[in-house]
Amino acid sequence: MIRFEKRKDASKLFTVFAPFMSVLFALATAAVIMLFAGINPIAAYAGMLNESLGSFYGISETLVKSTPLILTGLGVSIAFRMKIWNIGAEGQLYMGAMGASYVALNSGLTGFVGLAAMFVMAAVFGGIWAGISGFLKAKANVNEIIVTLLMNYIAIAWVSYLVYGPWKDPNGFNFPLTPRFSPDLVLSTFFNTRLHTGFIIALALVAVMYIFMEKTVWGYEIKVIGNNPKAAKYAGISIDRKIIGVMFISGALAGIAGFGEAAGVQGRLQEGISHGYGYTAIIVAWLAGRSAIGVFIVSVIMAVILVGGDSLQILMQLPVAFVNLFQGLILFFILASDFLIQNKPVMKRSGK
Amino acid sequence: MEALLKVESVVKTFPGVKALDGVCLNVYQGEIHTLLGENGAGKSTLMNVLNGLYSPDSGNLLINGQPYIFRSPKDSIKAGIGMVHQHFMLVYNHTVFENILLAVSDLPFWLDKKKLRIRIKEIVDRFGLSIDLDEPIRKLSIGQQQWVELIKLLIRDCKVLILDEPTAVLTPQESDRLFGFLKRFKEEGRSVIFISHKMREVMELSDRVTVLKKGTTVKELARGEFDENVLAGLMIGTDEIPVWEREKKQFTENVLTIEHLFADKEKNMSDLIDFSLELRKGEILGIAGVAGNGQKTLAEVLTGLKPPVSGKIFADGKDITNADSRKAYIAGIAHVPEDRKSMGIAPEMTVDENLILKSYKEKPFRKFIFQNFKAIKENAEKQIADFAIKAGPKGTPIRLLSGGNIQKVIIARELSMRPSVLVALYPTRGLDMGSAEYVHKVIMDARKDNMSTIVISEDLDELLKLSDRIAVMFRGRITGIVDPEHTSREEIGLLMSGETVQ
Ligand SMILES: Nc1ncnc2c1ncn2[C@@H]1O[C@H](COP(=O)(O)OP(=O)(O)OP(=O)(O)O)[C@@H](O)[C@H]1O
Ligand SMILES: [Mg+2]
Repeated sequence: MIRFEKRKDASKLFTVFAPFMSVLFALATAAVIMLFAGINPIAAYAGMLNESLGSFYGISETLVKSTPLILTGLGVSIAFRMKIWNIGAEGQLYMGAMGASYVALNSGLTGFVGLAAMFVMAAVFGGIWAGISGFLKAKANVNEIIVTLLMNYIAIAWVSYLVYGPWKDPNGFNFPLTPRFSPDLVLSTFFNTRLHTGFIIALALVAVMYIFMEKTVWGYEIKVIGNNPKAAKYAGISIDRKIIGVMFISGALAGIAGFGEAAGVQGRLQEGISHGYGYTAIIVAWLAGRSAIGVFIVSVIMAVILVGGDSLQILMQLPVAFVNLFQGLILFFILASDFLIQNKPVMKRSGK
Repeated sequence: MEALLKVESVVKTFPGVKALDGVCLNVYQGEIHTLLGENGAGKSTLMNVLNGLYSPDSGNLLINGQPYIFRSPKDSIKAGIGMVHQHFMLVYNHTVFENILLAVSDLPFWLDKKKLRIRIKEIVDRFGLSIDLDEPIRKLSIGQQQWVELIKLLIRDCKVLILDEPTAVLTPQESDRLFGFLKRFKEEGRSVIFISHKMREVMELSDRVTVLKKGTTVKELARGEFDENVLAGLMIGTDEIPVWEREKKQFTENVLTIEHLFADKEKNMSDLIDFSLELRKGEILGIAGVAGNGQKTLAEVLTGLKPPVSGKIFADGKDITNADSRKAYIAGIAHVPEDRKSMGIAPEMTVDENLILKSYKEKPFRKFIFQNFKAIKENAEKQIADFAIKAGPKGTPIRLLSGGNIQKVIIARELSMRPSVLVALYPTRGLDMGSAEYVHKVIMDARKDNMSTIVISEDLDELLKLSDRIAVMFRGRITGIVDPEHTSREEIGLLMSGETVQ
């Protein structure tokens, strides 16, 4: 029988390199599977790298994909710091996109003021969506994992209702999407690519969250609560208020990711506006060790895998299903190998 | 005579710390062998090497002359070495019997529960342990839980028993029973490795003492070659012992008045029943009593962790029964060792961060919304130097410190807050002699500045030395208040067992 034991004297160096090791390990395992499928893994990986990082356009696409991952990843990781498991970033992203779209379609605001209002509305929508589960957790000790997860479905259903119903574009050939936002309410893009201002916002928020988590008194309180709630109580920290506040911030960040997708990438609200970024964010936060800088690095690596994986479809003539399988496998193996790095397997003979 | 267990120049390094630096140890058959050494000397680390939890960088381990390498605690148990951990590893809702069952690792497919029961019964009787096998663990006292841990090891026929500060969590009565057990265990020709900082215990039990310092063996002494002074000399070496004396003082003002306080029951503990007490400005009031008679509840109510059911607390005539107003006024060292990891610290955070746990919001440590890392670092450097804390390399999480050093961090933090009233619950448990003296000196210095202290302790020597008055607690009430200069251990003992003496 094999048992797993937590590694006791893991060195600092080891923990820093662990995420990179995980990715390498995952790629190696996926390579074996590709061999079975009759694909040359080296060619496939070279192709993936070339598509995602080998050209100016590729890099820009990678950064576009990394933007929502960074934002949702930041949100999930700040909650993780307090040992609050927010797995509802996906739904919070949808709510953010909805809030931004509401302003864009209905408020009549224009220009910078309009964009700023969209940004704030997205943050508030996402924040309240997550704040609800924070409130329930703090006041009634309702499990936040279940609440945040279930609220994802509600948020996604809301957006579907709107884009199929009241907000549907009358000239959209019945597709589930809203009319395009007016051009001044769409985030500006750079160098003729899809890379939009949302990426800059994400970068700025990495810096803000880094300072918030590492340098401020609140960051200290969050660390103490996450580390030992009893000690926090002993130190006079009001845990309930902090839980609600942190969940709000966590959701607001995911909401801003929704703002980026709606106002930056699509220029409208539509069904399936997120490609599961809110779920991938959980893995991002996990691998990043809950640090803001780590979230940035891991998000870019993830984006490389996503963009490169998509390109396999064309490069290797693979069906979409295989690409999805491949990406899923990689994520799975990253988690599995991360577990193996944190824990060491111990062989044990059982019984007699 | 050949040693049963021989440790030869074992080295164990952790990142940035050489915990064991060529340590040697010889444990002979049928002896109680005490390990003595200052906090952070490497005692627990050495025991964890013997227990197979840590693998040494170099050095040898010989049992009956045979070299052994332990890869896990399983190997060590197979070789006949068993260890009782500070944190008991018991399943709380299971019965004693079920817990022992879990420990028998090589369960045969078909388990003869009856036979096992008989075996356990036999051990229980042989060592005169009184325990009901069908009682759930959560109903047992700490002392009884320790019995269960011991039975778990005995059933696997262990020849060397390791106890790392076993008495830190026990009442004096429970300790006495443990010692009775250890002596019987030794008479069967088995050996015990025992760690304690309490001289009284060391003198009573030890057949042989090994003194450790900074990861090396300073001296091995057999019974007859040592007395308290010799050991103290070896432990402290050339280090200076802090000196202090208690000046006579007149107390006039009352600083704290507790009136008819009632508080809720905690498991196995007496609550406070109609508890009244006065604390005078600048005095050290000792509270004696067997643990579990309401001392912990008293400390928690005073430091605002627990709301009283009824009754009043006044400070300088002001009603501070409401918890929030109390916090600013009273600081507390509430750290029974079983609690210190669960309440007094944030284990994954650094020593620097833990030293400001109570005052992180206050002036030098905070600038606007930011933490003032310079002030935090300076504070840490000062406390670490003053209390001689072995804190490891910068940024070490506090949980990696030795038990005594964790304790020192908590004490340093509370004392540096300059409170008007200090509630110290077992302040020197787990501290080495030098450190305990230093803590006493700091409390005494603060007394000069008119800080009032309530010292809750089971160590009568400590109380007699420190206190201006000693109140004795029994079942949530005060049974008497005595003057340390005109009392005897016997008188206090009587009060502790509930007799009221006028
Ligand atoms: N897992 C670990 N990682 C890093 N350092 C450690 C670890 N365990 C112990 N140390 C360090 O090794 C030294 C020896 O610690 P140890 O716990 O053996 O001391 P000790 O003699 O048991 O002290 P005490 O009387 O306070 O219990 C200390 O400086 C401690 O900080
Ligand atoms: Mg120790």
